[in-house]
Amino acid sequence: MSIQSSVEVQTEWGIVSARQAGRNLAKEIGFGGVDQARITTAISELARNIYLYAEKGEIVIEAVEETRGAQKKKGIKITAKDRGPGIKNIREVMEDGYTTSGGLGAGLPGVRRLMDDFDVDSVMEEGTTITAIKWLR
Amino acid sequence: MHSSVVQAINDHQEQLVSNWKKEMARVQEEYFKNSLPDDLVFTNNEEFIDVLYSSVRLERSEAEGKIKHFAERLIQTDWPLSYFTQGMQAFRRIVTAYIVPYINNAEEDSMNLIVEVEEWVDAIVNQLVDDYSDSWVKTLELQQMALNELSAPLIPVFEKVSVMPLIGAIDTERAKLIMENLLDGIIQHRSQVVLIDITGVPVVDTMVANHIIQASKAVRLVGAECILVGIRPEIAQTIVNLGIDLSTFPTKSSLRKGIESALELTQRKMVRIEHGAEWRA
Repeated sequence: MSIQSSVEVQTEWGIVSARQAGRNLAKEIGFGGVDQARITTAISELARNIYLYAEKGEIVIEAVEETRGAQKKKGIKITAKDRGPGIKNIREVMEDGYTTSGGLGAGLPGVRRLMDDFDVDSVMEEGTTITAIKWLR
Repeated sequence: MHSSVVQAINDHQEQLVSNWKKEMARVQEEYFKNSLPDDLVFTNNEEFIDVLYSSVRLERSEAEGKIKHFAERLIQTDWPLSYFTQGMQAFRRIVTAYIVPYINNAEEDSMNLIVEVEEWVDAIVNQLVDDYSDSWVKTLELQQMALNELSAPLIPVFEKVSVMPLIGAIDTERAKLIMENLLDGIIQHRSQVVLIDITGVPVVDTMVANHIIQASKAVRLVGAECILVGIRPEIAQTIVNLGIDLSTFPTKSSLRKGIESALELTQRKMVRIEHGAEWRA
């Protein structure tokens, strides 16, 4: 499948439009109400991280498919890319309650719990790419 | 503008205008795909050319007023700005192509003449663009004002009980307004309990949750109680998944239940009046 949309995040409006794009695609793929809420919340967290820490970046939302044996599964993949300062200690940010901005510190660990697959790739001073996938059950 | 250019533009008015109209018919067909209504195009073209010519003849301030008036009228009818800019560019093309050879005979420096025509046209284009963008900025400001007024209203529903219904996405700016209106309203209405209704909030992420937690802490500091109501099932699940702890302040599923417990907190309750009961008593 090649449905893909990319949203620039530079202002808080970018967060809203990324969320909207995610909700639309999730609905199209066939996710239920609860999963739609999970996916949009995850996008919201990732987009807000870009806005807060990297100032600008992009959120790419795409439909993915995986064939394992006779089983075919569909899902939604969110990629958050930025060229910000990078994450110093990934283990630390994945802990609940760790925050550098006075927030709740539930963002990234929360996204991992909201989604099925989760991966952080970050290089100091170069940027961060986070991918998260939710599979349709 | 140089008098010989003015004279030439005036002398050849008929030919220039007819050339311009031909050019604009092409623009309407190619650029706007004939999407603009023909009768409006006709009247607007007439006025357009009239304004153009008056800017040659009239004093600068008078001409500016006339252009402004013209622009304002067309902004109200949503006439595209690009029609103006295309029209001005077409006029410049025609004037330079038509006038320059004619003036050249009169031993004028053609380069200077082109520059003069350019300056005249550019001034009008700049004014049109300014007028248009001014009106957009004004519209945006009005909408922003309307939005701010709607964004965090605190409604006193009973004595000592107020409700703040939130609808739509919450950003940093709005979160600030929510906090301010909550605290000001509590003092103003002497509320003891405030219900924050998030039925209309599409996404509750950690930032929104954090703002709500902080608002409720501040509410407690001014001596009132905060109850969060309208948590939809899917929002409840995402809040749990995110690992946000909302156990420190009371939450209720619906506004109705919230109002019931708000009345309880202020030692009151709602009772059904038995029909005719007052007669028996």
